[in-house]
Amino acid sequence: MLKVSQPVKRILVPLISIFLGFLVGAIVMLIFSYSPIQAYASMFQGALGSMSGIGETLRQATPLIFTALGFSVAYSAGFFNIGMSGQALAGWVASIWVALAFPSLPTYVLLPLAIIVGALAGGFVGAIPGVLRAFFGTSEVIVTIMLNYVVLYTSTYLLQNVMPKSFRSSTDSTQTITSHASLRMGWLQNAFGGSRINAGLFLALIAIIIFWIMMKKTTLGFEIRSVGMNPFASEYAGMSSKKTIIMSMVISGVLSGLGGVVEGLGTYQNFFTQTSSLSIGFDGMSVALLGGGSALGILLASLLFSILKIGGLGMQTGAGVPFEIVNIVIAAIIFFVAIDYVIGLLFKQKKAKDADAGAKPEQVIHQPKGGTEV
Amino acid sequence: MKKAKVFATAVLTAVVALTLAGCAGKKSGTSTSGKSETTKHTVALITDTGGVDDRSFNQSAWEGLQAWGKSHDLSRGNSGFQYFQSSNESDYIPNINQATQAGFKTIFGIGYKLQPAIKQSAKDSPKTNFVIIDDAIEGVKNVVSATFKDNESSYLAGIAAAYTTKTNKVGFIGGVKGDVIDRFDAGFAAGVKAGAKKLGKSVTVINQYAGDFNAPDKGKSIAQGMYSQGADIIFHASGATGNGVFQEAKAINQDGSKKVWVIGVDRDQSAEGKYKTKDGKSANFTLTSTLKGVGAVTEDLSNQAMKGKFPGGKHLTYGLKQDGVGLTDGQLSTKAKDAVKEAKQQIIDGKITVPEHPAK
Repeated sequence: MLKVSQPVKRILVPLISIFLGFLVGAIVMLIFSYSPIQAYASMFQGALGSMSGIGETLRQATPLIFTALGFSVAYSAGFFNIGMSGQALAGWVASIWVALAFPSLPTYVLLPLAIIVGALAGGFVGAIPGVLRAFFGTSEVIVTIMLNYVVLYTSTYLLQNVMPKSFRSSTDSTQTITSHASLRMGWLQNAFGGSRINAGLFLALIAIIIFWIMMKKTTLGFEIRSVGMNPFASEYAGMSSKKTIIMSMVISGVLSGLGGVVEGLGTYQNFFTQTSSLSIGFDGMSVALLGGGSALGILLASLLFSILKIGGLGMQTGAGVPFEIVNIVIAAIIFFVAIDYVIGLLFKQKKAKDADAGAKPEQVIHQPKGGTEV
Repeated sequence: MKKAKVFATAVLTAVVALTLAGCAGKKSGTSTSGKSETTKHTVALITDTGGVDDRSFNQSAWEGLQAWGKSHDLSRGNSGFQYFQSSNESDYIPNINQATQAGFKTIFGIGYKLQPAIKQSAKDSPKTNFVIIDDAIEGVKNVVSATFKDNESSYLAGIAAAYTTKTNKVGFIGGVKGDVIDRFDAGFAAGVKAGAKKLGKSVTVINQYAGDFNAPDKGKSIAQGMYSQGADIIFHASGATGNGVFQEAKAINQDGSKKVWVIGVDRDQSAEGKYKTKDGKSANFTLTSTLKGVGAVTEDLSNQAMKGKFPGGKHLTYGLKQDGVGLTDGQLSTKAKDAVKEAKQQIIDGKITVPEHPAK
C-alpha cells in the first residue's frame, strides 16, 4: 500500500491502469508469440506516426464525442440510453437525404439544414423512449435496444424502397453528396495528409463546451442531475421530472444524431446499407463511462479509444498481429482503464477526508458492460 | 498487506514481461530486415468485415494470394504478402492507408463494399496498384476492376437443384441485398425455372435475405425455417452467414430423418458438408458449389503486377466463357451433370442470356 496525496493519486491511478492494460495486452501477445514492443510501436506509429494517421484518429474520435456526450446527458438524468446506435443512424440517413434532395442549395443554407434535420431525427428517435418512460414508466433499456433494430432495418427499407432512384448509385448505397453539404474542408484534409478528418471535429469540440456549460451552469443541467439523483425529491422541490426526463432523452438523441451526421456528411459522404447497429453507439457508451461523464474525461477517453482503434489496424500492418489478437489486446487495455477504481485501492490517501469514495463505486458498476465493445 | 503483495507481483510481472518483450522484438526485427532485401513485389489484401476465414469469398482470395506467395518464395508479412481485416466500414480507408505506408505495391480490395475506399485511395496513392473485386472503378489508371458473372454459375446451380429436388421446393439465402447478390438470386431462380420446365414439373424457390454476410446464427435459423417448410436444397450466397446453413443441414442429416442439401458458394465447400450418418457411414450433403475464380484472379493479377504488366485502368469480367466462374460436380447425379453441361455450353454459345436482377 502506497501512501500518496489526493492529486498524485488522481494522476497515478489512470496512468497505472493504462500501463497494466498494455501489460496484459503484451502478455497475451507473448503467449501467441508476437512481439509486443513491435506491436505497440506500430500501434502508435499507425495512430499518431503520420499526419494522415493523426487525422484519421481525430476523425474516429469525432462521432464518439457526440455519442458519449449523448449518453452522459441521459445517464445524468438516471437513464441508460442504449439506443445511440439507432439515434445516430437516424441522423445519418436524414442528413444524407436532405443533402441529396437539395444538392444545389448554397453551402451556408444546405449544410446547416442537413445538420439540423439530422440532429432532429436523432432527437425524435430519442424522444420515443423518453415519453414512454415519463408517462408509462417503460424501461428505457428495452425500448432503446429494440428501437436500434427498428431504425436499422427501416434505414435499409428507406434506402432501397422509398428514396428516389436517382439518389442511389446501386441497390445498397446512395450517391455521394455534393460539396455543398460536405463537412470536409480541403485545407484541413491537406493539413492532415488527405485523411477524412472534417469540420465535424469543431462541432464536437463546441458540443463539449456547450455540454459543460449546460450541465454545470444552467437550470436545465441542474434539473437533469437532480432528477437523476432522486426523481421524487426533485418533484417535491417543484421540478417536473416528466419534462426533465423527456428533455434529457431528446438532448441525448440530438447529440447521438449529430454523431451520425458527422459520419454521413464527414466520413463517408453517402449512406449505405448497414448490416448491424452502428458501432459508434456502443463505443460512445464506453467512452462516456470511461470519461466519468465529465467533459474533459469524454474528450480524453474518445482520443484513447480512437488511438486504440486506428492504431489497432496498424498492429496488423506493422507487426503482423492478427485482427483477433488485436481486438483482445484493445479490450484488455479498455478493461483496465475501466476498473481504475480497483487500481485506486492499491493506494492509501494521506487525507481520508478528501476521498470521494461515495461517488466513485457507483460509476464503476456499469462499466464492464461497455468495456468489451471495441 | 495483501494488496502490497499483489502490487509487488504486478510490478514483477511487468519487469519480466518487458524483458521478454525486448528479446522477442529483437528476434523478429532481424528476421524481417533480412528478407526484404531479396523481395521484389509485395501484395496486401484488404478484406471486408467477413475476414479470411469466411469459408468463401475472402478465403478464396487469401488462398490465391498464399499460392502466389508460395510460388515466388515469399513469406507472410510486410516484405511479402499479408491480409488486413476490418471491423467495420470506417476501417477500410485507414487500413489501405497503412498498407500503402508500409510499402505494399499492389493492394486488393475484396468485395464491392470497398469500392468507395479503393476509389479514394487510388487517387491519393497514384503509384500503388489497386484491384477492386466485384465492383467497377472505371477509367482510373492504377485500378483494375474484376467482376464475375455469378449469375451464370448460379443458373447452373439452379439447374442442378431442379434436377435433384424431391420435394420440388428449394431455398435461396442471400447475404445483403445488392447488385452482387442480385446476380446470384436472379441466376439461381432462372436456372431452377428452366430446369423444372425441362422436367415438366414446377419447383418453387423460397427466397430470404439474412441482411448480413457475417451472421452464422441468422443463417442457421433461416435454413431451419426453409427446411421445415419442405425445401430440400438451399443455395446460399451469404459469405460467412452460410456457415450457419451448413450447421443446420448437418444437424438434420445426422439426425437421419430426411436428407437435405446445401449448394455452396464461391469456392468448393464440400469439406463443409462432410458428416457421419446414423449408421456410421461417411456422407456429404454439399450437393455442389458455384465457383468464383477470386483466388485465380488474385494470383494472376499479382503475377502481372510483379512483372510490371499490371493492366491498370481495365475492367475485367469473368464468366463461364473465361472459366472465371463454374460449378463443381459434387454429389450431382449423372442426369443433373449432363443437364448442367448442356446449359453451360448454351450460355457460352450465347444461346441463353442469364438475367442479372431478379424479376420483381
